[in-house]
Amino acid sequence: MATVPLPTRPRVPEASKPAPPPSDAKTNARRRPGFRRDQLSGWGMIAPAAVLLLAFVFIPAILGFGLAFTNARLISPRPVEFVGVDNFARLFTDPTFYRALLNVAYFTVVIVPVQSGLALVMALLINKKFRGVNFFRTVYFLPVVTSMVVVSLLWLFMYRKDGLINEILSTVSFGLIKGPDWLGDPITAMPAIIILSIWQAAGFHMIIWLAGLQGISGELYEAAQLDGTSRWQQFRYVTWPGLFHTRSLVLVTITIQALGLFDQISVMTQGGPMDSTTTIVYEAVRSGYRQQETSYASAISLVFFVLVLIVSAVQRYLTREKD
Amino acid sequence: MNKTLTKVLATSIAAAALTATLAGCGKGSASSSTEGSGEIALWTHNAGNPDELAAVQKIVDSYNGSQDKVKIKVQAFPQDSYNDSVVSAAAAGKLPCIVDIDGPNVPNWAWAGYLKPLELGADLSKQLPSTVAEWDGKPYAVGYYDVALAMMARASDLKAAGVRAATVEQPWTKEEFQEALTKLKALGKWDYPLDIGTAGTGEWLPYAYSPFLQSFGGDLVNRDGFQSADGVLNGDKAVEWAGWFRGLADQGFMAKKSGKDSTQDFLNNKSAIVYTGSWAADKAKAALGDDLVVMPPVDLGKGPKIGGASWQWGVTSGCSNSEAAMDYLSYSLKPENIAAVAKATGAIPASNEAAAQIPAFAEGGANRIFMDFSRNYAVMRPETPAYPFIATEFGKATQDILNGADAQSTLDKAVKAIDANIKSNGGYKK
Repeated sequence: MATVPLPTRPRVPEASKPAPPPSDAKTNARRRPGFRRDQLSGWGMIAPAAVLLLAFVFIPAILGFGLAFTNARLISPRPVEFVGVDNFARLFTDPTFYRALLNVAYFTVVIVPVQSGLALVMALLINKKFRGVNFFRTVYFLPVVTSMVVVSLLWLFMYRKDGLINEILSTVSFGLIKGPDWLGDPITAMPAIIILSIWQAAGFHMIIWLAGLQGISGELYEAAQLDGTSRWQQFRYVTWPGLFHTRSLVLVTITIQALGLFDQISVMTQGGPMDSTTTIVYEAVRSGYRQQETSYASAISLVFFVLVLIVSAVQRYLTREKD
Repeated sequence: MNKTLTKVLATSIAAAALTATLAGCGKGSASSSTEGSGEIALWTHNAGNPDELAAVQKIVDSYNGSQDKVKIKVQAFPQDSYNDSVVSAAAAGKLPCIVDIDGPNVPNWAWAGYLKPLELGADLSKQLPSTVAEWDGKPYAVGYYDVALAMMARASDLKAAGVRAATVEQPWTKEEFQEALTKLKALGKWDYPLDIGTAGTGEWLPYAYSPFLQSFGGDLVNRDGFQSADGVLNGDKAVEWAGWFRGLADQGFMAKKSGKDSTQDFLNNKSAIVYTGSWAADKAKAALGDDLVVMPPVDLGKGPKIGGASWQWGVTSGCSNSEAAMDYLSYSLKPENIAAVAKATGAIPASNEAAAQIPAFAEGGANRIFMDFSRNYAVMRPETPAYPFIATEFGKATQDILNGADAQSTLDKAVKAIDANIKSNGGYKK
């Protein structure tokens, strides 16, 4: 993490930088007359996003908090009653919930370094000018624009016992390796999901890395070359520090996405075999819709929310600028 | 200055337009269910099943043509998302007038107050018992057909293995079944001689596998009052069932996870015996001709059992024109309508009059056997509002057991969850 101070440190790409509210005060002080109009247009621009966020994120979230302490059900003629922490008491004695936590932790711990690393390698590979680079950019990005549900369905066939992957394994090894039933075996099911997930989403983070890479000034590399650095040294002392903010962004987005693992599970394994791939979000959907226990699902979601909050707070703290 | 003003205007207009669109969305979905101007909405799960949908549409068209007071409008959903759609619509108070319902869910929906008891002009006593869903002593839904589970095989394979074909008079016993599978496996023609659709999910699991449990003498829930599953879902009989079920996979008789389409796999000669529904019969017959044998499920102690009830129709309680909805349902139960749907789906027609109009189901017809299965073996899935919950717990337990989980503790866990659910809903009493 030791960032080498560079005299001409590049400006951070706008996208990865949170809007700085304190600077508003300064500009406003300078340009008093435009104050109202500026502020008005600011509110106007926030409005659409704010309305959507309010309607589809904040209000449901607050409702969810409330419901977690009741016995509300999706279908029921009975009135909703306040039941205190009953749902949480039940949740914390449910072995499936702990298994889900463990699975999500497993998924996240593997996916965060592997996927971001792979995405960085891909970004470095295509951050060059050569013929056909756009072809590779497209190929790497293609899985991202394909819906996860479609991808899962396709891989479902590939992972079958007599599917493509096992056929390839068997052909390459001249019939020596007989592949497992990837999704049917509690040991291989989660790794299979992980591989698919990395393949599908790495392209997205590649684009973010690429944006970060292109934000690094070429002069720095020129200077480094004049100093006679090796390629590794260039990466270590120019590229890596230059990607500081991109790094935090990629880390946080991958982690949050990983914690919310759901689509693949719902399509491919339904949490099985023997809870080896179940996740917190999947459990919430299962209880909330299939089992109609809205309040219990809300309790799961609330716990999930707190978990994500803690994890991202810790990450923010670890990746803060230590100037 | 002017520029900022334009910007503000532009953004506010955009924001206003967006909110308007959102509001419009809400209204749009509402209009599909509110019955103005004599239009009645009908929701069906048939979007992925063009034959059945066309048959239903035909009944609707002929009804619309027969009078000019109301017009029925069909809206089809894919089966996988149908229940969720109805439940969400109900939560939002936007149910259509007529819905189709998977039979075992009827008590749940009736208890929740979604459905009105049926008051039809048509005579429901003519229907196959499993096509009328009752709860609390009143009929809430009626169907055009039922389906039956069966085992299918090739006569030539059975002969080659020296195995007797099971019949209604003399179904296979547990020991005979074990012997048949051993002999078939010994032929070495298939990876697995048996395919019971273990790749299935959702309602397939309780529908297909709880009859085995019932044939052993267990059940999903204690049917006396439907207040607990203790003793029937985790008793000795149930554990015995679990061991047998798991054993089929352990002995290499069937895959823990079969192919997606077990009928197709059977026709492609990937399995010797397929356990599936009557809906596969026409396809199998067309492919195999006289070589196809249709056999009843195995008698595991208490006789062969199959699940009863399929998709049925009901009228929602919020329907503003329920008289018209009831009138349509009565009309749709005419024998020729029932026959048309049963023909399109290959399912068992719900009445004898309708069956007489379909050669395959008439006396002596090739598919008449399924009607016999239905009459002799059908066990209704427990008629309690707790069923959807019981079904998910049973489905999960079955899959876990198949994958090697300890039978007793898995079933105990399911019983605990089911009992807690029933208790937290006040026993699902009216």
